[in-house]
Amino acid sequence: MPKTLYQKLWDAHVVHQEDPSSPALLFIDRHLIHEVTSPQAFTGLAERGIPLRRPDLTIATVDHSIPTLVGRSFPLKDAQAQAQIEALEANVKAQGIRYYGPESGHQGIVHVIGPELGFTLPGQTIVCGDSHTATHGAFGSLAFGIGTSEIEHVFATQCLLQYPSKTMAINVNGALPEGVTAKDLILAIIAKLGMDAGTGYVLEFRGDAIRALSMEGRMTVCNMAIEAGARAGMIAPDETTFAYLKDKPLAPKGQAWEEAVAYWKTLASDEGASFDAVVELDATTLQPMVTYGTNPGLACGINENVPSPEAPPSHTQASDLADALDYMGLTAHQPMKGLPIDVVFIGSCTNSRLEDLEAAARVVKGRKVNPNVRALVVAGSQVVKEQAEALGLDVIFKDAGFEWREPGCSMCIAMNGDAIEVGQYCASTSNRNFKGRQGKGGRSVLVSPAMAAAAAIHGKLVDVREIQKEAIHA
Amino acid sequence: MPKPITHISSRCVPLNKDNVDTDQIIAARFLKVTSRKGLGEHAFSDFRYMEDGSPNLDFVLNQPQYAHARILVAGHNFGCGSSREHAPWALVDYGFEAIIATSFADIFKNNALKNGLLVIELPEAVVSQLRRDCEANPALRVDVDVEAQTVAIENQTEQSFEIGAFWKKCLTQGLDQVGYTLSFADQIKAYEAQRPTFA
Repeated sequence: MPKTLYQKLWDAHVVHQEDPSSPALLFIDRHLIHEVTSPQAFTGLAERGIPLRRPDLTIATVDHSIPTLVGRSFPLKDAQAQAQIEALEANVKAQGIRYYGPESGHQGIVHVIGPELGFTLPGQTIVCGDSHTATHGAFGSLAFGIGTSEIEHVFATQCLLQYPSKTMAINVNGALPEGVTAKDLILAIIAKLGMDAGTGYVLEFRGDAIRALSMEGRMTVCNMAIEAGARAGMIAPDETTFAYLKDKPLAPKGQAWEEAVAYWKTLASDEGASFDAVVELDATTLQPMVTYGTNPGLACGINENVPSPEAPPSHTQASDLADALDYMGLTAHQPMKGLPIDVVFIGSCTNSRLEDLEAAARVVKGRKVNPNVRALVVAGSQVVKEQAEALGLDVIFKDAGFEWREPGCSMCIAMNGDAIEVGQYCASTSNRNFKGRQGKGGRSVLVSPAMAAAAAIHGKLVDVREIQKEAIHA
Repeated sequence: MPKPITHISSRCVPLNKDNVDTDQIIAARFLKVTSRKGLGEHAFSDFRYMEDGSPNLDFVLNQPQYAHARILVAGHNFGCGSSREHAPWALVDYGFEAIIATSFADIFKNNALKNGLLVIELPEAVVSQLRRDCEANPALRVDVDVEAQTVAIENQTEQSFEIGAFWKKCLTQGLDQVGYTLSFADQIKAYEAQRPTFA
């Protein structure tokens, strides 16, 4: 019987199932933790008086509430953030968990550091108390976000109680046109499906356009599976995956590497494997995407107009679209191109890796940020920041008028002081444009790094391909 | 140990919104805590409070006729977005015991049930009618029987809802899932022993 990648991963991790109506005990290979969703789980474990079962399969960092200001120093002015970080540091010390803190040189957004350390590997089950854990599925692993009770459950048992998900194949055929990126692709997928089409499903992204993506691009795609409602997205591993992981600090070495790659090569959906749902998308027709509403499913091409509540996308009710447009200060039929932008945020677990910063820097190089725009670049990790600085990207951004920050989640979630103000429009490379997500009353427009960079230069939304053409002809 | 839940009988608050995300339920700026307690005052903060901190009387939770209602009746795709368990913690701390909606996001559903917050999926027609009925008659009582898997709306036919046998056992018996899992410690150990070294 041909199996999907998901079925293979599921079967390989079932420890036990008491009876058909009970959930399976699914073994967890990798657990990533951070300061915001873990403290109550450590408290719960302590109240039980039992040990953390597998500290060797767990790593920790600080990302959500940590400031990104250059020269950040401890104790933080924000007493609550300081208390969370202190709690994490005390907990990881007591439990013997590897900690990639600000002094480690490896601190960063949990979904950026897992892959760059080689902690994330194909074929694994990976969990974290963060919905964007779906990112790690780019390596052909089953990776999903969990709540704090489940974090405690993994601490205590290294297992989760799970029922199988349904499977959805998303076949992206053809090649992405020049200037259209992984971010545009995933926004186009979510715009087509709507924000909850993936509820109850695990998505497998397949097809030529997916195969052609770098690991960074694949991570961007899988990262936003949750924005279509799916807890996990995945891409079968291939030579691109293996080349990325080879020699990463925590990846297997020598004979173990050879054995691992041999196993990883078996991790593709079999010919003829059946999915519960199949979606086909033609990559060749896509253009750079922008969101116009208050969830990632409300997105269109940069050259399209805001839809009217009289003709909403099929997945959205007229009243919800009207409410979203009201919040966004947009009117039906308005072109998205030319929308004035107040803040530009390049960062987040979706788009803060080296490739993302390079794409933005290519647009920014030799230009200046529009005087009406506040623009930030927040590298995803200390490693990314160092790599970018070695390439001189920091100079390009700073010369243009961008703030060049320390790593963290920053303005994606606006917990650490990095926030937009009421009514401001932010062209953001992050993953959620929910009401208030980037600051109370703020209006988020989700875009790719190159599109964000172009918006910073022009002070409004533009089609980055037009600037790139100008640059070539200049 | 979670407290067993068998019956809920309460008035309802109608929240006529689809896609209520966890950022709306509890904004990220309130997540800088190390305890599960006390988050109820921040539930729906951006909607409940005016700029000066006074209650927004247009928001349904602030309307006196719905005070002390322990069932929230929402729309479609409730709890989408972030995995923050602070969302169900805030709803429970606020006083909710059940949410009725046409659908729930996967992670939220799990998190809610782990905290004894019952999530009940009913058909669109039933949920929208219930919201209208609660708007017309805020005193309308709804009785939920977890064991029988029924929702009885005052003077109306009973509706049945789905909840897996395992979750029902967890809720009605207050089963501790960590304890349940650790009862299979031998199986976990055996599984760990056969994992390849690179895994």
